[in-house]
Order: sequence, then structure tokens, then C-alpha cells
Amino acid sequence: MTPDLSVSLGPLRLRNPVLVASGTFGYGPEYADLVDLSRLGAIVVKGIRLDPTAGNPPPRTVEVASGLINAIGLQNPGVDGFVRDYLPFLRRHDVPVVVNIWGRTVDEYAEVAGRFDAVEGIAALEVNVSCPNIKEGSRAFGTNPEMFRRVLDAVRARTRLPMIPKLAPNVPDIAAFARDAERAGADAVSLINSMPAMAIDIETRRPRLGHVTGGLTGPAIRPIAVRCVWEAARAVRIPVIGMGGIMTAADAVEMMIAGASAVAVGTANFVNPLASIEVIDGLRDYLARHGLASPRDLTGSLRT
Amino acid sequence: MQLETGRIVEQRSGAGVYRRLVVDAPAIAPRVRPGQFVHVRLPAPADALLRRPFSVFKTGGGRLEILYKPVGRGTEAMRALAAGDAVSLLGPLGNGFPPCPADADAVLVAGGYGMAALYLQARDGAARPGTVFAGGKTKDDILCAGDFAALGWTVRPATEDGSLGERGLVTDALRRWLAGEGAASRPAFYACGPNGMLKAVGEIAIAAGRPAWLSIDRHMGCGVGACLTCVQKIRAPDGGWMWQRVCREGPVFECRQVVWEDESP
Repeated sequence: MTPDLSVSLGPLRLRNPVLVASGTFGYGPEYADLVDLSRLGAIVVKGIRLDPTAGNPPPRTVEVASGLINAIGLQNPGVDGFVRDYLPFLRRHDVPVVVNIWGRTVDEYAEVAGRFDAVEGIAALEVNVSCPNIKEGSRAFGTNPEMFRRVLDAVRARTRLPMIPKLAPNVPDIAAFARDAERAGADAVSLINSMPAMAIDIETRRPRLGHVTGGLTGPAIRPIAVRCVWEAARAVRIPVIGMGGIMTAADAVEMMIAGASAVAVGTANFVNPLASIEVIDGLRDYLARHGLASPRDLTGSLRT
Repeated sequence: MQLETGRIVEQRSGAGVYRRLVVDAPAIAPRVRPGQFVHVRLPAPADALLRRPFSVFKTGGGRLEILYKPVGRGTEAMRALAAGDAVSLLGPLGNGFPPCPADADAVLVAGGYGMAALYLQARDGAARPGTVFAGGKTKDDILCAGDFAALGWTVRPATEDGSLGERGLVTDALRRWLAGEGAASRPAFYACGPNGMLKAVGEIAIAAGRPAWLSIDRHMGCGVGACLTCVQKIRAPDGGWMWQRVCREGPVFECRQVVWEDESP
């Protein structure tokens, strides 16, 4: 029996449950020489706001034990730049495009969502309320329940596209945020975003990042992500997209057993450009080996 | 760009603490142009995630050679690679040096193992041999001078401690040469080394009204343009600046494009 890998995330139909995570796959062309984009469940592009943003001064990333701390500062071409310079390339490939959106104010989130609502060729919006690298209050959007609800209500009012809030891991009760997202009309939630972190050069006593603090990604955060996915998935009926340090198919399977309906491969792309393809193939093999017909049979199958 | 599992042919000591690694990589090696690099996945150390970028020093017969200095846990781990070991390579990456125009005299300027990034330019990027200025703190930092000499190039070493060649900075040696022996030349400069050296080469080229192509080294993440780690300020058409990716739009930029950290555009 060959398992059928296709999944539904609310109104979104994907050929398989393996996405590439925002900020780790550029806008598509960067890996297109090596990765057949049409094999991916979806591409989540790097966060877009209304206007182009230069991002933070270097150093922007630092490697730490089993992880990477980044403070890119959401460098991006803005809505118009993305639609003009990058979207046409993506639309030539048979792959759903999920646009990660952000803003510095509630109104900006709403405006960006409204602009993308009118654009052809976009499958869903991932609402980035939780990037740790924006100073002007964006962190508060992801960790303050009141701000979180205001952003989601504003985005929901401006778009018919599937809305997928991306949740922060650094909250005392991630299930509460997942429930608020569901109440606000989210079609799915994705988690986790990077974990706020810091590293110091002890010889110079300077921070290793230009922005001083950043967000930790990679295998170092995977057990945190698994726990968050487990807590969130039990709290809501909408699907959970699990991410955080997935390097292999085994890591993806673990995330799905915890409750994820789909997964995203992130930092692994930087190490092994074929990681997402290997996760898809390995997931199919795992399902076949365990006599499971669909990834749905794996989701939330934790035995306790 | 190819992803290839290469086989280590040999690893040996170079000058001082530098090491040479020869890898059989028949898909990547023939495609490398001067100034391009490969991104190497490290063997084993479980907690060091990212690949490490290295200029391609030499190519030939389906093999490529890199020159490196063990400076951290990633490059330390590379010392353990032995003949027959497999290593994952991503490459060739980056834009590389443009060929030297026929009416120009190629002048290469290297700091330390910047020499490694320039060898293919000497071999393949210039119609006739030129001059290589090789700088370092001490004589052990002057690498592979013999390889350039074997191509017929004139190697002019400069060391800060005077242990080999002229005493002082390599860019001071370059200035003296341009004012004297090289005064009649029409140089096109190709440089790789520390930022301070690259900036000085750029200033020399601008003063001389000649082109200088600088290979910039920046802390790098993915190597293909996705992670936006290795950004460099580059002059924008509107007179301001913009970030460009050293791994994708670079690593080679003409000196007039580069905005250094301590200047405004």
C-alpha cells in the first residue's frame, strides 16, 4: 500500500504535509536549482510587510550548540516588491505559496492582509505575530493576548484567504493563544517561531549579533516545539502546523504524533538543501512501514 | 549549483598552520570559475550545524582543492578528514571574478589565505601573467607563492615583521610599486583578504582610475541567498545603499560599489 500523503489544512489542500518555513527558503529561486519546488507541500516565503525593509546590521546570525540564533530583522521587499519581483517566479511552479505577513502596527497587519487578498496566486497568509527581532512592539503581538487578538481580528476582517497565525513559544500557556486564534477565525496555527536568545563573545564582551538578541532555531529548540505542538493541538480543532528544528523525517513524524497535521522544515534547509524532500520521502516510508494510509492517521496519535 | 558527495583524495599540511584538502568532486570541480566558492558540510561534530564556505583554490581532473586554517570547532573538525572520507559539497557558489581585459595588466593582491581565492584567476582569468602582491603578518602567512610562480607570475611578498619580502603592509608595497616599477602599467586589480586591505586596494584603484574587484569574506549561513546572513552594504542607484548578499550577488564586488562600515554612501 502506498500511502496518500495529501492533507487538508482547513480550506487548504496540500499534496503532502511538508512545508518549508518562512525565512529559510527565500522567495523560491534560491533553492530552485536543487529542489523540485513542485514536490513541496507549500512554500512559506520570508515575512513581508507593507514597505521594503532593510533589516538589521550584521552579524545577523550566530551558530550555537545544535542551533542558530538569527536577527535578520525581517529584511524584505515589501508587498509591491514581492508581487512584482518574486511572485511571478513562484507562480510558474506548481506549488502553493503561503505568504508570511507582519507589520509594526495593527493597522499595518490589516493593510498587508487586505493587499494580498486582491493578489492572484496566494494560497494562504501566515500571520507573523511572534518574530523576536522587531523592536517596535511586534513581540508584544505574539506574547500579549490582547494585542494578539486585535491583530487577528483586524487581519480576519480584511482577507478571505486562509489565516494561519504563527505562535511564539515564549508564553506561559501556548494553548490559550491557539484557542484565541481559533476564536478569531484562524484556519490553522503554525508553531513555533524562534525562541528569544542571545550569545556573547567573552573575549570582547560584545554581543555576537548586531541586534544583541535574536531568535534560536534548529535542533536545539525541537523538544520545546514538540511540547508546544502537543499542548496546542489538544486545545483546538483547527490543524496545527508543527515546526522547530526538524532535520529528518523522524523529527517530522515525532511532531505529527504530538499533534501536528503538517510540518515545516526550516533551519535544516541551510544545512541540507534537500532536507524537505528527504522528509517527504521518509514520511511516506514510515507510513507504509506502519501500515498507515494517510498522515492523518499519525496526527495526534501519541499513546499516553 | 550542484549538491555533491565528494571523496577526500588527500589532506596535508601547507605552510605554517594552513592545510590543503583535495576532494574528488567531478560534478562541481569542472564548473568552478575563478573566485567562486564551495560550501562544505562538516564531518561529525553533532552540535555544529552550518556548512563552512571555502574559496576554491585549484581545480583539475575532476578534483578541487581548498586551503584552510583551523580556527574554530568547524575547521578543527575538518582536520580529521582522511583519504576516502565522504564530504558533502554545495557549489560552485557566488559570482566570481570577471576575466582581466586584454588591454589591462592583472595585479592580484592577497592577504593571508586570500591567495587561495586568486589562483584560478591567475591561471584562467588573465591572458598573460601579471604580478601578485602577497601579504601577511609573517613569512608563514605567505601561501602557495610557488604555485603562482609556476604560472609565470611575479610574486611580491610583504610581511609586517619583515621575515619575507618587503616589510610592512601589502598595500604599502603595492603603492610603492605603482609609483615606481609599475608606473607605466594599466593595472586591473583582483583582491582577497581582510576588509581593511580590501578597502585600501579600492582606494588605490580609485586614485589610479582603474578597476578593482574585491572578494569579500563575510560570516555566512546558507551560502545560496536564502538566510540573508552575509549582507554587505552596496551603493544603490538612488545614491543611497542597499544590502546585497555576499554569497549570491558576491563575493566579488567592484570597489566603487562597496560601502564600507565606517563611511556613508
